[in-house]
Amino acid sequence: MSILALKGVSLSFGGLKVVDSLDLQVNEGEIVSVIGPNGAGKTTLFNLITGIYRPDEGEITLDDQSIVGLQPHVISQRGVSRTFQTLRLFLNMSVKENVMAAAYGHTRAGVFRSMLRTPGMRREEREIEQLAQERLAFFGKRLMGYRWDQPAYSLSYANRRRLEIARATATNPRILLLDEPAAGMNPSETHEITELIGELRTEGGYTILVIEHDMHVVEGISDRVVALDHGVKIAEGSFDAVATNEKVVEAYLGLQTAATK
Amino acid sequence: MTDSTPHGMHEGPAVGQDEWVARHAERRIMPSGPLGTIEDRIRRVPWWAWLILFLAAASTLPAFSSSGYVRYVAFSTVLYMLLALGLNVVVGWGGLLDLGFVAFYGIGAYAYAILDSDKFGIHLPTLVSLPLIVVVGAIVGFLLGLPSRRLTGDYLAIVTLFFLQLFQTITTNGDDAFGHNVTGGPNGILRIDPFHLGKHDLVVQHQGIFAVSYFYVALAFFAVVFVALRFVNQSRTGRAWRSQREDPLAAEAMGMPVNWLKLMSFSFGAAVAALTGTLFAAQAASVFPLTFYFVLLIIVYTMVILGGSGSQAGVVAGALIVSPLLELLRDPGKSRVIFFVGLVGGLLLMSRRSRALGMVAIATLAFGFAVHETLGAIDKSWIAGEHQGGFAGVTDHWVVAPAHLARWIAPTSYIGLIAVVLLVTLVRGRTRLVLLVPTLYLAAFVWENVMLAKPEPARYIVLGVILIALMILRPNGLLGERRVEIV
Repeated sequence: MSILALKGVSLSFGGLKVVDSLDLQVNEGEIVSVIGPNGAGKTTLFNLITGIYRPDEGEITLDDQSIVGLQPHVISQRGVSRTFQTLRLFLNMSVKENVMAAAYGHTRAGVFRSMLRTPGMRREEREIEQLAQERLAFFGKRLMGYRWDQPAYSLSYANRRRLEIARATATNPRILLLDEPAAGMNPSETHEITELIGELRTEGGYTILVIEHDMHVVEGISDRVVALDHGVKIAEGSFDAVATNEKVVEAYLGLQTAATK
Repeated sequence: MTDSTPHGMHEGPAVGQDEWVARHAERRIMPSGPLGTIEDRIRRVPWWAWLILFLAAASTLPAFSSSGYVRYVAFSTVLYMLLALGLNVVVGWGGLLDLGFVAFYGIGAYAYAILDSDKFGIHLPTLVSLPLIVVVGAIVGFLLGLPSRRLTGDYLAIVTLFFLQLFQTITTNGDDAFGHNVTGGPNGILRIDPFHLGKHDLVVQHQGIFAVSYFYVALAFFAVVFVALRFVNQSRTGRAWRSQREDPLAAEAMGMPVNWLKLMSFSFGAAVAALTGTLFAAQAASVFPLTFYFVLLIIVYTMVILGGSGSQAGVVAGALIVSPLLELLRDPGKSRVIFFVGLVGGLLLMSRRSRALGMVAIATLAFGFAVHETLGAIDKSWIAGEHQGGFAGVTDHWVVAPAHLARWIAPTSYIGLIAVVLLVTLVRGRTRLVLLVPTLYLAAFVWENVMLAKPEPARYIVLGVILIALMILRPNGLLGERRVEIV
């Protein structure tokens, strides 16, 4: 059953077609990878789904309900969460607060209840804290203990990537959009991320749409691979099928190489 | 980062491992002995203990001084603390550069003046008018936020600045608003009621001396506002405020309604300012448009920046420093004490970092006596000027003060000082240290002969110098957290 569906979605920046009548379906519990050369429109696709851009044409549905034109925070509250390719943490807030902040959408205590510290508000606050600890515990010991109260800017690059994933899961999403989770990671960390994405599905129960350049990661995690080039879907299917697809090879390596291959 | 056994047991701190970082506290260099213990204890005191301690200390003030002036300064300092707390919500937590902030203070004051004075013959009970005005403040803040909610940075600053100007224009011309006299125009509104509960007035003056009751009321307001804002900051709303300050796009993508949060932050700041305005109006018994203008805006911003925007304790400390300082600088005698204590204290503090600065201090002292004696030997009238107030005895023999200041001396020395200071920042190493000696002496000369003659502008110059010096030494303010923009 499809959880997220795009039908004929197009977006132009001025005269440049960034996404061109794109169809995409993501089914419940699936891990779908989006690949493509730089500038293929992968991140734009994420920005369209999360409501940062509004498509010129086409329909985006979540559980068969249109989410086109909704504000990003509403879409997030409906169950779509994401990480960013260029990390966008709340750097001057503590690690734990970064995750706790993301619980905003599914918590209710208003300002007046907060001012008065009502029992209900304090209970909710405890729940948020517990949620944050749970989400951070997902990464073993890396983001635990003393790290909670340290500012996010003190984290290493790899830990920042992990924290972004932890923060994204704290919105209690159904579908997670991961934008190049292994970018800039060393081989052992890349391996760890590959396993982690699998765990996110089995233990977290999230449906995952992931943009990734590292083909080992893509091979390791994907149920299905979608290849984009110049905003057009050029191939879709299993990793092996897409990786050997002529158009994909051409998009990555150029026409000549494709011909000689 | 090669922690191959993330779930394994840890034994000892190893370099390069998380554990090594985890035990950073053990490696921190702390002063040993009783001093270290005290520092450690102080660090562990919770915020509410500090607050109670502060309130207790502040409330004993009237016992130490029966002077109406001192009490009045204490009262207005508390007002500044409240304003700084309010501005901290918008600037420190919301990250919104709101230059119209003091207009809300004015709105609170004017609203109280209209609701509780003979102007329209309305005399609402304080317990009714106060909540009403706070709500009005919050609503106006919200309304100002509406057109500005998509603006950030300098664009927002200009729009809010425009709002402040609008407030000025309306209050100044409000004596003929569609044929009605609403705000009294430049003459303001006079004979405003003091706070009153039933038939009892909270009198402003008791036998001609500032009644201390307003100080206590202000202190109570401060305590309530401080705690309420602190609780909000530590709730989901506070976290969301700070999140959108850090990265609006990420906050929005994580389910936080950024526009709504900005409006709330505006509203909160405005409500606190309006509440403070009622206190001001009730105590001063009169309001005029020009009270709520740039000078006040700059002072409140100075407090927030100096203390550390984003930190409640910081902005309160900023207000506690700046407000009495501005009062003390009014008086040339006290002003001189502050100048020399600041100069010597600054050099002493800096000399902890470098011995050379200690030498500079001694050299300046010697240089001063030498110049004084030499000029005195040439012509007695050059050192015949009168020194008054604190430290006069010492400075008499040190700073040159001509009996009659020639017309050209004041501008020349003042501009010369600025030039030399700029030169000091340009040269390095030993040259700078040597150059510091005449610079400091020239500063003292200008202070004695030029600045003290005009305390009113001088005090703002001093404030500016302090602000610049602090921004160089501690860019995040006295108690502000370390902030990074991009890493």
